[in-house]
Amino acid sequence: MIRRACMLFAAAVLIALPNVASAMTIEKIMSPSGIEAWLVREKSVPLITLNYAFHGGASQDDAGKSGAAHFTADLLDEGAGELDSKTFHERLENHAIELGFQVGRDTFHGSLRALNEHRDEAIDLLRLALTKPRFDAEAVERVREQELSVLRRDITNPNDLASRRWWQTAFPGHPYGRETKGTLETMARVTVNDLRDYARRVFARNELKVSIVGDVDEKTAGELIDRAFGGLPAKNDLKPISDATPSGLGRRIVIDVDVPQAVVTFGGPGIARSDPQFMAAYIVNHILGGGSFSSRLYKEVREKRGLAYGVSNSLVWFRHAAVVLGGTATRADRTADALAVIEQETKRMAENGPTAEELAAAKSFLKGSYALTLDTSGKIAAQLTQIQIDNLGIDYIQRRSSLIDAVTIDDAKKAARRLYGNGMLVTVAGRPKGLASNGTTE
Amino acid sequence: MAALLAVASRAQSAPNGPQVSDFILGNGLELVVIPDHRAPVVTHMIWYKVGAADETPGKSGLAHFLEHLMFKGTAKNPAGKFSQVVARIGGQENAFTSQDYTGYFQRVPSEQLRTVMEFEADRMTGLQLTDDVVLPERNVILEEQNQRVGNNPRARLSEQIDAALYLNHPYGKPVIGWRHEMEQLSRDDAIGFYRRFYAPNNAIVVIAGDVDPLKVRMMVEETYGKIPRHGTVASRVRPEEPPPVAVRSLTLADPRVEMPTLQREYLVPSFRTAKRGESETLEVLSHILGSGSNSRLYRALVVDKQMAVMASAWYDANALDLSKFGVVGGPRSGVTLQQLESAIDAVITQIIDKGVTLEELERTKTRLIADAVYAQDNQATMARWYGAALTTGATVNDVKSWTDRIRAVTGEQVQGAAKQWLEKQRSVTGYLIKDKSPQVEKRS
Repeated sequence: MIRRACMLFAAAVLIALPNVASAMTIEKIMSPSGIEAWLVREKSVPLITLNYAFHGGASQDDAGKSGAAHFTADLLDEGAGELDSKTFHERLENHAIELGFQVGRDTFHGSLRALNEHRDEAIDLLRLALTKPRFDAEAVERVREQELSVLRRDITNPNDLASRRWWQTAFPGHPYGRETKGTLETMARVTVNDLRDYARRVFARNELKVSIVGDVDEKTAGELIDRAFGGLPAKNDLKPISDATPSGLGRRIVIDVDVPQAVVTFGGPGIARSDPQFMAAYIVNHILGGGSFSSRLYKEVREKRGLAYGVSNSLVWFRHAAVVLGGTATRADRTADALAVIEQETKRMAENGPTAEELAAAKSFLKGSYALTLDTSGKIAAQLTQIQIDNLGIDYIQRRSSLIDAVTIDDAKKAARRLYGNGMLVTVAGRPKGLASNGTTE
Repeated sequence: MAALLAVASRAQSAPNGPQVSDFILGNGLELVVIPDHRAPVVTHMIWYKVGAADETPGKSGLAHFLEHLMFKGTAKNPAGKFSQVVARIGGQENAFTSQDYTGYFQRVPSEQLRTVMEFEADRMTGLQLTDDVVLPERNVILEEQNQRVGNNPRARLSEQIDAALYLNHPYGKPVIGWRHEMEQLSRDDAIGFYRRFYAPNNAIVVIAGDVDPLKVRMMVEETYGKIPRHGTVASRVRPEEPPPVAVRSLTLADPRVEMPTLQREYLVPSFRTAKRGESETLEVLSHILGSGSNSRLYRALVVDKQMAVMASAWYDANALDLSKFGVVGGPRSGVTLQQLESAIDAVITQIIDKGVTLEELERTKTRLIADAVYAQDNQATMARWYGAALTTGATVNDVKSWTDRIRAVTGEQVQGAAKQWLEKQRSVTGYLIKDKSPQVEKRS
């Protein structure tokens, strides 16, 4: 029962964003049943975008059944309620409705996109998918076979081999060490009960984050949210995950696979999103290996030496661990050279930090480029959900520039030492000339 | 400057879509402006009407190599300066090459549009290259080839199918190039190609974002507009395909294949070479045949017969010359590629014999027309859509009226297109299988 629905809306918190997106205002709204959501009203394109996340991703899988959460996500549009798989897919496409479901290590992410005229139908299909997934045997076995074929292909895929081994070695015995898509062995074991169990434990209203961008007012948005999520249990039922730090630092592991180009994954401990040094670390990592054409690694590995098409380094953070993780792919006879350059640049950054000029340039980039991450409804909705997950506050977009400006060269140097002074775990898939595994074996 | 005033303005809007403006400068440069005022950012793209299909025989990969070398500086702006400025203002940049076009873009805060325009105009004719930047970059493209193709058996298969499909037309060469030719590409090759094709009268500037079209036009006239027209940009007349007469197939065995794949490509008209409405009919046909869970191929092979783990079809309208219609399938374990192929043929034959249902037709149109609305949510998508269409023979009005033409496609036309174009002798079928012969380790 919904009592006095309209009266239950919390006062909206209006955030104007003068420097980033002048037209954008984020309202914090509360649905009649008490689900909080962030809303951006956007009238110029006739569509609605909804983005949401539940706490509890692939790290909820049992070790022997890894891939179950991912499998569940792939089955949610394969029939729900009275609608079998065929009918469900027809209903979606007849109205050009897009439902997306994705599983990360910590979260289950969903997205919905629909034309305004099909908004109600879209919300109804989402509600059915989340609350009454059918998991019919035909669909389960068909999708399982699809996932197994991808896992079989991965056996000789150097990117997958290098990455999988990196996580396994960095987090042995911990859920973060397992691939979200599982393995051939574990995926063969997952049963319908495991899928139902995952859905039951994770799809709940507490820890649900919701963002909406579209031509809707707060009352309508609240009603839509309740129709989509109001029928879910009040509270999730998650297994606790322990905190972890990556191990295997100083080790290099070579995985033999016959490819012309060796794929390299490298990294070590990162920094928690809530850590006071996070922004300094984020800036320093951008200078070393961030995604523009001016990072140190890009210049040294690609531009000066032509050793690779791409090389980059990123901060990756979860609730219970954080890593700094990089990758490249180089010809087999020069892999050792590329790795030496990467190690040398990482060490140089740890010892000396960035220059004042680099720091200023990186700050300028990171401030200016933020607007580019907020120029479509989908990007805005996804960004707002991530800000909610990271617990940064509804005014984060407004505060972000001053957080960047506040980082001093000393902060940057300290962060560089902390990030890159620990040595790295390196995995290489291919046949790199003159490179063998080193360090302790398992 | 007065002489360079725009000579044409054909602003006209599709219902509910953005007000797209189109101008042609006195020096032949075309300008398209797509307003999007939701965020204070702009996407600035330049599209040159030159691609891999315009390379001299023996120089495969050159168009793409030049695209990389365009970041190596000019007399006015030494290597790295443009990228440094883009990074400092918080911009994104990149470039891409296809058979028919080469594009460069920056995404920046709106007030920085002029800055990037000045750099981009400068490198239209001011590129300077020396071997100390050219040679490392040649290694970069060789690594790119490894990453995209060498390490990827399915990409290797596609390359072989293209080479077999086009008997005479240069679309048979990979855009990235053949390695033995890429290894020989030189500074002089790149500069020669650049001087032949990079000119205002061979380029289209597409600007999408928070801008005023008239102000943009002034800006473009003051930057690109000052570059003189190139007297002799070669027209793009490529060797034509003879009528295809033989059913072709090929097999690629690779030791890394854990999942066999069947891929077929048919030689079909592009938007430019098609009769009016024919290209849109092929889009509808490819969607009904093989796009998504409701498609004929997916329903028959993956769901009903349980023979495949994937099955899909695609069509590319954006090509200056004859284009491709593709079908892909991956068998379930225990099913052979031959069994899968027979099942695919049966699905195609059924459309040829019985046509498509009204429900399928309506669903597909709804989906395709919605895609055009969804594209409006992303200024970069809009810019790419216009750029790719305009460099492959379409006009701004063709793009604007695309949804009307999709709406007009009939079931009879879809059946007719399947009958006319999905003939086996128009196609090459490629089988990707596991190479089980003992591998000799190549160590030098």
